[in-house]
Amino acid sequence: MYGPAPWLQDHWDWRAAGNFIGGGTGTGLVIAGAFAGLADLPFAPFALPALAFVAAGLTLVWLEIGKPWRAIHVFFNPKTSWMTRESLVAPLLFATALAGAFFGWPWAIVLAALFATGFLYCQGRILMASKGIPAWREPRIVPLIIATGLTEGTGLFLAISAIVATPPVGAMATLFGLIALRTTAWLQYRRKLAAGGAPAGALKALDEAGRWVLGLGLALPAALLLGAAAWPAGTEGLAAAAGLAAMAGGWVMKFAIVTRAAFNQGFAIPRAPVRGAGKGGPGAKPGWN
Amino acid sequence: MTRWAMVADLRRCVGCQTCTAACRHANATSPGVQWRRVLDMETGEYPDVTRAFVPVGCMHCADPPCMHVCPSTATRQRDDGIVTIDYDLCIGCGYCMVACPYQARYKVEKPRFAYGGTPTESEAERDDPRRYGVAQKCNFCSDRIDDGLARGLTPGVDPDATPACVNSCIASALHFGDLDDPESNVSVMVRENKHFRMHEELETEPGFYYLWDEEGS
Repeated sequence: MYGPAPWLQDHWDWRAAGNFIGGGTGTGLVIAGAFAGLADLPFAPFALPALAFVAAGLTLVWLEIGKPWRAIHVFFNPKTSWMTRESLVAPLLFATALAGAFFGWPWAIVLAALFATGFLYCQGRILMASKGIPAWREPRIVPLIIATGLTEGTGLFLAISAIVATPPVGAMATLFGLIALRTTAWLQYRRKLAAGGAPAGALKALDEAGRWVLGLGLALPAALLLGAAAWPAGTEGLAAAAGLAAMAGGWVMKFAIVTRAAFNQGFAIPRAPVRGAGKGGPGAKPGWN
Repeated sequence: MTRWAMVADLRRCVGCQTCTAACRHANATSPGVQWRRVLDMETGEYPDVTRAFVPVGCMHCADPPCMHVCPSTATRQRDDGIVTIDYDLCIGCGYCMVACPYQARYKVEKPRFAYGGTPTESEAERDDPRRYGVAQKCNFCSDRIDDGLARGLTPGVDPDATPACVNSCIASALHFGDLDDPESNVSVMVRENKHFRMHEELETEPGFYYLWDEEGS
């Protein structure tokens, strides 16, 4: 069915969602790992899985493009394309994070965190520049993508910490703050999208995902973190579970935004034409709330 | 300067889809790929319902979001406003397709033909392998325009220099011309009729105008 009401785009599928999931979690983990690395914790146990996530996301995108053997062309438009900018930041992120991981150089760790932040910002702007998808072009998607990337990364940081060391109390407190921040960003994004007008199907999909975002991404990790604080003997396990839940909540949210809420603009006419001896009438914008 | 633009007179369009067929014939697009489409839109509520037939396709925006997002610079804008795709540069990432608010772009991954896996003689002759795996869309029949101009013809006036959809329109609903020329057919039509452009609130400045009533009526 081709219009006139908006329909779900199928140009970007689960592979594109995978890039936002891998990229967000990976860069968030680099940033969380950098704070830990500068605080005398090892950086490598966090940086290497983080880069694996980012690489997996980029690989998924590579598998989605129609001409993978000319992928080098992705670097050609830094002037206006956020996809190009993301691609340019990626090798810098890999180089500095690997340097920080293998040599422990503080300057490399700091740079890796900065490039990770840049990569995450690019991901938000990639969605915002997609003018054909109302649920993506809403500007509040940028803080949402950044907030959830940081939350996912910090969540995974806690889970890895439980394996390699004791989860730092500061990281648990940070995750608590981040899930609250992400929830706020989510609610603001959803409210702003509805206020500005959006395809009804997009809002329905977001509301369905919202239950998971609030349950899996907020309530469950918050409860687990409180449990970890209250029960010292179970801190490691509860903190790890909280981190994984917070991460999974973000994954569900991004998967829904990219593959379920991505209704296109559809078609609309502000006025109905005058036909024959009749009169013109009001226009139509089918499929919008 | 020249700014090529299209005008669709919604009072005249009868939704016959001849333009769609003409476009497919002229550009040899794959089954399901229609650079020019005509929507059948219903407005109002029973019993005061009317229908409008709305030709759509690439709007050749003055500020095209597809071009801005394109990471490979395959999507470009000519000086005359026509938005083009370089099939040899495009990587088929689909970013332009989600950036276009007019659903005007297509991507065909592998050859497909009207009657199964075997192309007809015409399809085999006109198949363009460069188009597979990359974005494609209406180009205002830029080859016809360029060729016509080289022969001293006027696009929008001389059929040989005019997009195929406009040539084929049985109701004279579609028109093409230079919007920067105040005396051109499209400039006069836009000046003398009430009109709108699709999704103007998105500020893409489409080069496609819809007429719906006479000015002053």
